[in-house]
Amino acid sequence: MKLAYWMYAGPAHIGTLRIASSFKNVHAIMHAPLGDDYFNVMRSMLARERNFTPVTASVVDRNVLARGSQEKVVDNITRKDAEEHPDLIVLTPTCTSSILQEDLHNFVERAQLEAKGDVMLADVNHYRFNELQAADRTLHQIVQFYIEKARKKGELPQGKTEKPSVNIIGISTLGFHNQHDCTELKRLMADLGIEVNTVIPEGACVKDLQKMPQAWFNLVPYRELGLTTARYLEAQFGTPYVDITPMGVVETARCIRKIQQVINAQGADVDYEEFINEQTLYVSQAAWFSRSIDCQNLTGKKAVVFGDNTHAAALTKILSREMGIHVVWAGTYCKYDADWFREQVSEYCDEVLISDDHGEIGDAIARVEPSAIFGTQMERHVGKRLDIPCGVIAAPIHVQNFPIGYKPFLGYEGTNQITDLIYNSFTLGMEDHLLEIFGGHDTKEVITKGISAESDLNWTKDGLAELNKIPGFVRGKVKRNTEKFARDRGIKDISTEVLYAAKEAVGA
Amino acid sequence: MTVAQQPEALNFECETGNYHTFCPISCVAWLYQKIEDSFFLVIGTKTCGYFLQNAMGVMIFAEPRYAMAELEEGDISAQLNDYEELKRLCLQIKRDRNPSVIVWIGTCTTEIIKTDLEGLAPKLESEIGIPIVVARANGLDYAFTQGEDTVLAAMANRCPDQAPVAETDKNERNAIQKLLNFGKKKEEVAQEESEYVDHPPLVLFGSLPDPVVTQLTLELKKQGIKVSGWLPAKRFTELPVIEEGYYVAGVNPFLSRTATTLMRRRKCKLIGAPFPIGPDGTRAWIEKICSVFGITPKGLDEREAQIWESLEDYVKLIRGKSVFFMGDNLLEISQARFLVRCGMIVHEIGIPYMDKRYQAAELALLEKTCKEMGVPLPKIVEKPDNYNQVQRIYQLKPDLVITGMAHANPLEARGINTKWSVEFTFAQIHGFTNARDILELVTRPLRRNNNLKDLGWDKLVKEEAKI
Repeated sequence: MKLAYWMYAGPAHIGTLRIASSFKNVHAIMHAPLGDDYFNVMRSMLARERNFTPVTASVVDRNVLARGSQEKVVDNITRKDAEEHPDLIVLTPTCTSSILQEDLHNFVERAQLEAKGDVMLADVNHYRFNELQAADRTLHQIVQFYIEKARKKGELPQGKTEKPSVNIIGISTLGFHNQHDCTELKRLMADLGIEVNTVIPEGACVKDLQKMPQAWFNLVPYRELGLTTARYLEAQFGTPYVDITPMGVVETARCIRKIQQVINAQGADVDYEEFINEQTLYVSQAAWFSRSIDCQNLTGKKAVVFGDNTHAAALTKILSREMGIHVVWAGTYCKYDADWFREQVSEYCDEVLISDDHGEIGDAIARVEPSAIFGTQMERHVGKRLDIPCGVIAAPIHVQNFPIGYKPFLGYEGTNQITDLIYNSFTLGMEDHLLEIFGGHDTKEVITKGISAESDLNWTKDGLAELNKIPGFVRGKVKRNTEKFARDRGIKDISTEVLYAAKEAVGA
Repeated sequence: MTVAQQPEALNFECETGNYHTFCPISCVAWLYQKIEDSFFLVIGTKTCGYFLQNAMGVMIFAEPRYAMAELEEGDISAQLNDYEELKRLCLQIKRDRNPSVIVWIGTCTTEIIKTDLEGLAPKLESEIGIPIVVARANGLDYAFTQGEDTVLAAMANRCPDQAPVAETDKNERNAIQKLLNFGKKKEEVAQEESEYVDHPPLVLFGSLPDPVVTQLTLELKKQGIKVSGWLPAKRFTELPVIEEGYYVAGVNPFLSRTATTLMRRRKCKLIGAPFPIGPDGTRAWIEKICSVFGITPKGLDEREAQIWESLEDYVKLIRGKSVFFMGDNLLEISQARFLVRCGMIVHEIGIPYMDKRYQAAELALLEKTCKEMGVPLPKIVEKPDNYNQVQRIYQLKPDLVITGMAHANPLEARGINTKWSVEFTFAQIHGFTNARDILELVTRPLRRNNNLKDLGWDKLVKEEAKI
């Protein structure tokens, strides 16, 4: 047992449901007790879905506990098949059904005899995988199912498309800015003269999955979702995949160069250097921003980054490499894929933090007192408490992170959006700082942050007044440094003089 | 005038139980706020945690006094010892928060693996010195607000069974009373006592926000009725005394287990009344309590009439309009009865669970109201099937559907007005004073429509409805 108040990644079935409900005309039936269909609320509320979420529950109640589901699951599947005629029904296990250990495979087989559509059991163990891993597995499972089905029927299309083409893998419902990213990627592909063969799972039809082998390559924009599928397609059809997230100017260029290499190897003759150059210098504003005076002022400012692998890694690189910001630590909650994260970011930050305990993250933020945080909604709230601005860069997210306006994180427009996000976070901090310097806020008598209760040191009135003039976001650190300085030298009363002596001693 | 042909009695049906509702563990969200010195420990899985985290929204960031005891694979396969694990976590809670009570919420998982929470609790309680109350509020057995019912039923067993005799003790127990009386002379207090009619002690049950508690208490005071205590109180240490023979009355329709516990275990007499929702319900509730104590109610006619008058601008908007309750929080019967009185036509009342004994007076009032208003008696559908309901909604085209968030946006996109039902559980809806708040919620979609009516954007989906 573990005491938990907050979790970064949801339970496994959420991942499966995200995949199933991203496809068109796929229905998921959860084997779950009443109330576990909360996914529908999230999709309807957060994503503001106009359509009913294609997820229903085959309710586990006392009768099911006593006698087993018996006909219930099968009936629910065949009923849904008759009502909605979905192409595929995905039976989704939950934590409850994991422990009931009913033979869901058997139910699926029996239901398949009657159902006109396909029926499948999501092969996900609740206690071993989280939302992200489950989504990745389910997507692979569905793709494999339809590729094999087509192969058996001899309907698998042969050969590649005439022009270079791509499958974009991993765009899903409730994903962080996924819809906007998808539009941006399609636009980028169009600019590069690459046809989009399929986009999965969002908006895709399962019947289209058999077309996937016709693409020249697969693009997997997010680390968490789609890699297993891309590897499967590579193993089956030798389709190469590009898994460089085009987030930030440098990474977008790297992604495009990789695409160039991959399609030239298959006989295309393209040179994207001119395009990259044009976009970087004149279309995206991010490169120019890095050179501008605004960004100069950010040099050496401290930031921390926390999120999923994709976004935290990309943001860390952007902050450090493209803006000269000092990333004190970068962290991820994708513990199962921590090695990749470490390898990606270690040269761009002082320290790497792998944890899914929000308390540990909160403490790490309080310890380093950065000028800005880039994290999830949880870090935003930590920031609120500590008076540090925060830009939200990854799930878990709230309804305000599903903007209606066009806000991709990927591609060249994405670089512009991220620049705004980063700069706005820091300016807020700077404004706050200026207000404090000119006494715009009420003078705070008590220093609430980072105070050590058992301090035997005494701040004199003028010392304290001087300390309060120091901008909020560095005050705690100055206070601690001064106290350390005083303690080391056996000074009991800290006056203005001591404060500045300490400052000089540290050379800050 | 003769009333058109209509069924003589209410029509009850039961469907498949395939409906959307909140998991009953959601009751921790409002109960931890109500019972200020409590700590709620939900013993369940990531699924439960994910639900609470998302359903409670921003509350989660306010360092709530609730946490998950998240079960891991070792707990499920009994490689870890339940008792030792719970002890470790409860000691941590004691150290960090020092609550007066820890409430264990049993979930589906603890039911299935048969964790003996009721057996473990007394042992651990004596070992760590904090009361542990067990409530099995799980999705296998209960829906949404019934979670509160299971918690209060468990709390009912913790209420002291004897009023302390010594005056000093009484003062300590009744800290609020002491505060209220602060600075008053003894005679004044005695005079205050005399404002009440002499009647057997009355304890009310149901968790309501403190302002509503005050309003209802004062409402009864006007009739000379003294509320001796309230289950739950603001603090666990202030749970009311419940002696054999006390009278109890419920304020919410979903408290049938609590009522049963109070009657059977604590030997109380239950006053079966309609619930104080809407001015008609509040009046019927007070009248019933008065009648039990042999009091003739005073001034209720004027009070009710005055409230109705102040509601007229809202009632005008909904008079003659129709409403469909999909059902998810058990407030449906009382709300429907109030809305019929407002002049609405109710097509269907979906409800998760219908206790015809506990809600008897409310059902009778619904029937009476329908007859008086000359509208057909609604169909009451227990354990509804949301898919079937949506088909019926398409046929009936009601002016308003009261439903959960899972269906609200999709129905709106199809030109059907909805009101999110969960808001009724969190808004203040009890008593005369709050009748306007109910109508504020009910009329909101209609008022919104009045603002947008000329735009012609009512159906915003391309294809046929799919669930």
